[in-house]
Amino acid sequence: MALSRDEVSNRVSNVLEEALGVDQDEITPQATLINDLGAESIDFLDISFQLEKAFEADCSPDTPFKIEQGELFPENLLNDAELVENGRITDEGMALLKEKMPHVDFSEFESDRSVGKIPELFTVKTLVDFCERKLAVCAA
Amino acid sequence: MRWMWIDAVTEYEPDKRLVAVKNVSLAEEHLHDHFPATETHAALPLMPNSLIIEGMAQTAGILVGSVNRFREKVVLAKITRATIDADVVPGKTIRYDAHLDRIDEAGAATAGTVEMLDHATGAWSRIGAVDLVFSHIDNNMAGLEFPEHNFVFSDNFRTILRSAGMDSLCD
Repeated sequence: MALSRDEVSNRVSNVLEEALGVDQDEITPQATLINDLGAESIDFLDISFQLEKAFEADCSPDTPFKIEQGELFPENLLNDAELVENGRITDEGMALLKEKMPHVDFSEFESDRSVGKIPELFTVKTLVDFCERKLAVCAA
Repeated sequence: MRWMWIDAVTEYEPDKRLVAVKNVSLAEEHLHDHFPATETHAALPLMPNSLIIEGMAQTAGILVGSVNRFREKVVLAKITRATIDADVVPGKTIRYDAHLDRIDEAGAATAGTVEMLDHATGAWSRIGAVDLVFSHIDNNMAGLEFPEHNFVFSDNFRTILRSAGMDSLCD
């Protein structure tokens, strides 16, 4: 049976509480992982591992809940000169970000495209959306 | 050997678990500074908790490194959780029991328990838990470049691997 949105949110909150050492009341849907909850780059690896563990029983071994490197966060994309120009994401970069990260809402970001604002894109809601998408695929 | 905080590997289950021990000796210089006598207190030599965590990091690091035959540069990236509930004094033996939780191209997560042997009674007791995250730094997120040779699994580590019969795992 498909997990409810609340159940997915609860599991994501538990993972964030454990991985980032934050209190449950700080974990609101709009809280940004980096600016509000203090996540650093290595935390994304920890969060990925813990999410895989939290949802592995909901997927079959044939279609596991596996998060590939760079799937959750852009990582090396930002070091590519063709994708970033004068501190802003190029058209090519935007297209790639949207393709790689369909779980992220870029609508507000797109008018500015400043690399410095990328951390604001990754909220608790983004993470819940990401997990729901993956669960839909692995359960399909 | 400097900065080796395990003495020997005692158990190894490939890709799953590795156990190492450390005998805490009063001859170790750092114990004389942790804590020295003062005008009001006698000396209190205790194994620092930070070095107990480092011992687990070395134990779990060998386990993680062994999965890819020590080709990856495995670096401690995060202490997810660490609790040490007892003082470890000279004459005790520490046992690190590390389990591989997850591993992929970016890194690995391990879960470990710390036990202490009281030689007077012959009993092991669980004194803590240390969970860690390691990065395979050549695949790090920042895209930084590091020296080609594996500076993590140096000669000191190789000596421990050799004495544990694990040197055949190294390419």
